[in-house]
Amino acid sequence: MNSYTTAATLAVLVAILADLFILRTALVRSRVWWTAYAIIVAFQLITNGWLTGRGIVRYSGNAILGSGRIVFLGDGRIAYAPVEDLAFGFALVLLSCAAWVWLGARIRSTR
Amino acid sequence: MLAFVLIGALPLHRYYRLSVFRQPLRVFLAIVPAAGLFIVWDLVATAAGQWHFDPAQTFAARWWGLPLEEYAFFVVIPLAGILTFEAVSVVCARLHESGPPAPTIIPDRTNFDAS
Repeated sequence: MNSYTTAATLAVLVAILADLFILRTALVRSRVWWTAYAIIVAFQLITNGWLTGRGIVRYSGNAILGSGRIVFLGDGRIAYAPVEDLAFGFALVLLSCAAWVWLGARIRSTR
Repeated sequence: MLAFVLIGALPLHRYYRLSVFRQPLRVFLAIVPAAGLFIVWDLVATAAGQWHFDPAQTFAARWWGLPLEEYAFFVVIPLAGILTFEAVSVVCARLHESGPPAPTIIPDRTNFDAS
């Protein structure tokens, strides 16, 4: 039932909500974030393509949109990796950067 | 793959004179929540069989079913993300220095520099 698809979508929503309403860092409204993310996602396609194309990480066809076949493009995959991985990476890096910026603002305000 | 990421991201620190590593506690606190959350996700998804790691291409040592390098992944990737974000902040700040105020939020890095 595409459990990874569901979890990855949820993770993106949680990361964006944390950025906008919990930490109030609003990175998703900043040019810096989207520029940085454009660089990061390009490298993700390379490194994740390595991990998935060589079968270092393998996915169950039941968990993802695609069938589980390892192909470069298509069948729910981009550069060998399931599209869900893009959401996974986006959420991981957005949460880390939002926490980083939030901590920076707190450090400044307590000085 | 993790080495490739570090080789790409670590030089940003020197090149753009970032102050990330002068704030080790801030780095630690920024990475721990996201890493913790995603490691729990990874453990659950691996246990549920959503994905698995090829034993022939990963270290034999496992912690709760995950190869050791998988834990390193959740330190290296957020760190590389933060370094990229900070480097882009510096470049954007430089571009806007002589121009009109930036329309987007650009963290004021100068206050982060230990002085």
